[in-house]
Amino acid sequence: MKWGVVSFPGSLDDADALYALREVMGQDATRLWHKDERLMGAQCIILPGGFSYGDYLRCGAIARFSPIMKSIARFAADGGLVIGTCNGFQILCEARLLPGVLVRNRSLSFICDRVIVRVENARTPFTCATRAGDLLRLPIKHGEGRYVAPEDEIRQIEERGQVLLRYVDASGAETDEANPNGSMHAIAGIANERFNVFGLMPHPEHAVEKMLVGGDDGLKLFHSVIESVR
Amino acid sequence: MSAVSLPGEPVVDVVQARAHGLTEGEYAAIERCLGRTPTFTELGVFSVMWSEHCSYKSSRKHLRMLPMRGPRVAGGPGENAGAIDIGDGWVAVFKIESHNHPSFVEPYQGAATGVGGILRDIFTMGARPIASMNSLKFGSFDHPRTRYLLSGVVGGIGGYGNCVGVPTVAGEVMFDAAYNANILVNAFCLGLARREELQSARARGAGNPVLYVGSATGRDGIHGASLLASAEFDAESASKRPTVQVGDPFTEKLLIEACLEAMKTGAIVAIQDMGAAGLTSSSSEMAGRGGLGIELDLDRVPLREPGLTPYEILLSESQERMLLVAERGREGELAAVFEKWDLHAVTVGRITDDARWRALYCGRVVADIPVASLSDEAPVYDRPAAPPAMPMRVRGTKKRPVAPEPGAALRALLASPNICSRRWVYRQYDWIVQSNTVVGPGSDAAIVRIKGSRRGLAMKVDSNPRMCAIDPYLGAVATVCEAARNVACAGARPAGITNCLNYGNPERPEIMWQLVRGIEGLRDAAIAFETPVISGNVSLYNETEGRAIPPTPTIAMVGVFEDVERRVTQCFKQPGDVILVVSTAPPSLAGSEFDALFGTVAEGLERIDLERERKLIEGLVGCAEGGLVHSAHDVAEGGFAVALAEACFNLDGIFGAEVELALPLGGAAEALFGEGASTVIISAPTDRIEAIGTLFSPLEIRPIGRVSDRARLRIDSLIDEDVRGLMAVYEEALAGRLGAK
Repeated sequence: MKWGVVSFPGSLDDADALYALREVMGQDATRLWHKDERLMGAQCIILPGGFSYGDYLRCGAIARFSPIMKSIARFAADGGLVIGTCNGFQILCEARLLPGVLVRNRSLSFICDRVIVRVENARTPFTCATRAGDLLRLPIKHGEGRYVAPEDEIRQIEERGQVLLRYVDASGAETDEANPNGSMHAIAGIANERFNVFGLMPHPEHAVEKMLVGGDDGLKLFHSVIESVR
Repeated sequence: MSAVSLPGEPVVDVVQARAHGLTEGEYAAIERCLGRTPTFTELGVFSVMWSEHCSYKSSRKHLRMLPMRGPRVAGGPGENAGAIDIGDGWVAVFKIESHNHPSFVEPYQGAATGVGGILRDIFTMGARPIASMNSLKFGSFDHPRTRYLLSGVVGGIGGYGNCVGVPTVAGEVMFDAAYNANILVNAFCLGLARREELQSARARGAGNPVLYVGSATGRDGIHGASLLASAEFDAESASKRPTVQVGDPFTEKLLIEACLEAMKTGAIVAIQDMGAAGLTSSSSEMAGRGGLGIELDLDRVPLREPGLTPYEILLSESQERMLLVAERGREGELAAVFEKWDLHAVTVGRITDDARWRALYCGRVVADIPVASLSDEAPVYDRPAAPPAMPMRVRGTKKRPVAPEPGAALRALLASPNICSRRWVYRQYDWIVQSNTVVGPGSDAAIVRIKGSRRGLAMKVDSNPRMCAIDPYLGAVATVCEAARNVACAGARPAGITNCLNYGNPERPEIMWQLVRGIEGLRDAAIAFETPVISGNVSLYNETEGRAIPPTPTIAMVGVFEDVERRVTQCFKQPGDVILVVSTAPPSLAGSEFDALFGTVAEGLERIDLERERKLIEGLVGCAEGGLVHSAHDVAEGGFAVALAEACFNLDGIFGAEVELALPLGGAAEALFGEGASTVIISAPTDRIEAIGTLFSPLEIRPIGRVSDRARLRIDSLIDEDVRGLMAVYEEALAGRLGAK
């Protein structure tokens, strides 16, 4: 299938996502330039991690005004698949394509680590190759990954099954210790109401090769998208 | 040729020269070289270019003794960083550099800009930075400023490195009262390039335009190199905070991408970053290497605020700026690349053939200096060197307390800030980005793979100031041995060294002696391992109110894997494996962490037999290449018992160890906790003992016990501890002491 990976100034994991898609998974993936409005026929678009525009203002607050974001909003409104990882998740929230916001980690410092997330809803294009309750080991690396939203909004998100991934411990239990950044309801990844836009703080693109520190559990999420498009 | 002073500028005389950190003799040399009194701008230019930091005037003579050539060397000292050939057409470009003084004055920005500076040294060579490391020395853990400095420095390294997308894969952190008033921050970066894509910083072609790219020039960092980095600290050092620059990692990231893309056009003749002494050093060094001249139009330099004087423009150390020489007529091609990245390339001068370094401002020549006098002909000193009358560590003054029983000593060592897990530190660094990290922080050496190849690199940064304080020569030799051993434990063949020599005031003969002995040690060890020293940095004047830091040569070693699948890690992996020990000499408590914690007044260092050290390295690499061993771990701080415990701390499943050393009951501390000697702990299937023995011969391999699936660590009847308990102590000590989770 055809993927598009957006490069904003300050994007970091764009090259890694392209490498994962092309070299590891043999997919057709194109780099999309932020000043461009063309999506080059991509069937799924990835907004990568990094520090777009240095994140000197609120994370993602400037990137959302890039020319390409207009096209992506239209693409999403038409049901196109969009994934935002880390900074990409922050941009999707800033662009109001996903509810809630991401604020500074509870520890107030940057965290790079491997975490375990539990699949909460496997009936989505992003998780259909997994089963609800599956545990995935994925890397995180962010300073502002604490998911927050008004309580009533969180309740609706939960009721509709929009929470796709939640931080848990090795036994699959939700504990305070297993929640690395203090996210509400230990939310690691959410989808929009239509389940075609997905934002997550962990980095599946850094979990596609067994040899590397990130492991290869991220493949399951990419395979889900590939299956759902097929 | 003449140059004019501007109205309102201070009068230039010997008093003014002294205020600029120049000696009377140096001022006289400047007058001789110009044939007249320098202008105020010229005085400033000479003061930074002839500073210790930029000219290496005290160390240059001695650095020549280092081995810098070898079959792998693809570019060595003289350029902005050295390069070694790692096979398949790839070269690794690397260098380590200090940012000690700025980091002590302003820890966050000091450390951040240290990372930024070393990154620019790497990508200016045409290499994409793929891995960073750092070596940090703080004062005593309980010193009131230590926590502030630690969190500032770690925050700054993370803040900058994470934002530019270069993984920080390894490092070291040490706490010792000797650094209370002068911390050390040494930053390393490694980049990867195709051999034919290496760039030069040697200007060519009179008439070629000189382009300025990156951040605008401001007043920050003026005299960072001369007054801050080339003088001792005193009570007024805090007032030098404005000389510390402020980092902008976002612009750096744009510069990396834009410069690497611009280089592909082939229109860049030479390129160098504006580091210490900014526009002055980058322009004069590029012209000097090419034996040419350069003319700068200071009116065209982009400024952050109006009203900067020529003096300020030339001496500013504003960060994230690059200077490049373009092929005449191809400026447009380069401008287009930089515009794409929202950067602007501005022509600020031209290369000339008259070997003069000239600066123009408002139609007037404000500086006109022979290029060579700024770089090659800067003063070189052969300063007197003499061993101190008294050894640095005065013996017999410490009381000999009762050392605790071995189990308690092991737990105390595992909890020591110098040994315990550095997770609190490296959790703040991105060690994943770029998808190359095979082994990240918290291991003997970091390992990265080379995409599109079977090859990989191992790297480690080491230092051993406590041994250097006892014997600056042996300490330097031991540091190189340790770095080589760490890389070889991972299974890589040591290939090249970069070094950062941190010492006190070279005007004192005993400090000069330490420096010379340190360089001699580095030379001898580098020759023994056939690992050329391809780049480096010297940081002197690391002292406050007359008290110098211990001699601290920091060594970064890079090793090459032909097949990264042959890597070895430090943790046990298979119950029933035999545990083997290989050692080059008996361990000693002198300069050990045990000595520091329990004050056991240990004397003397063992002589180091470099031939045996070389055999140890060969054996380790051979074992890895032959796939003979399951783990290999270097015995370092805390000695054998600590290393054995660390080998049990496998996050994928905790192991135990049953070991018989047949130690005498009374004198076990040396064997359990001694350091100094080169010792390695290996685990392997029993049927491979003979093959392993052959590879290490004539060194003896000693089977001492077994890996067990029971999480207990037992050594004779001296130590019998629960591994999970030890691991909890090890993992939680630093965060616990910092009151953080």
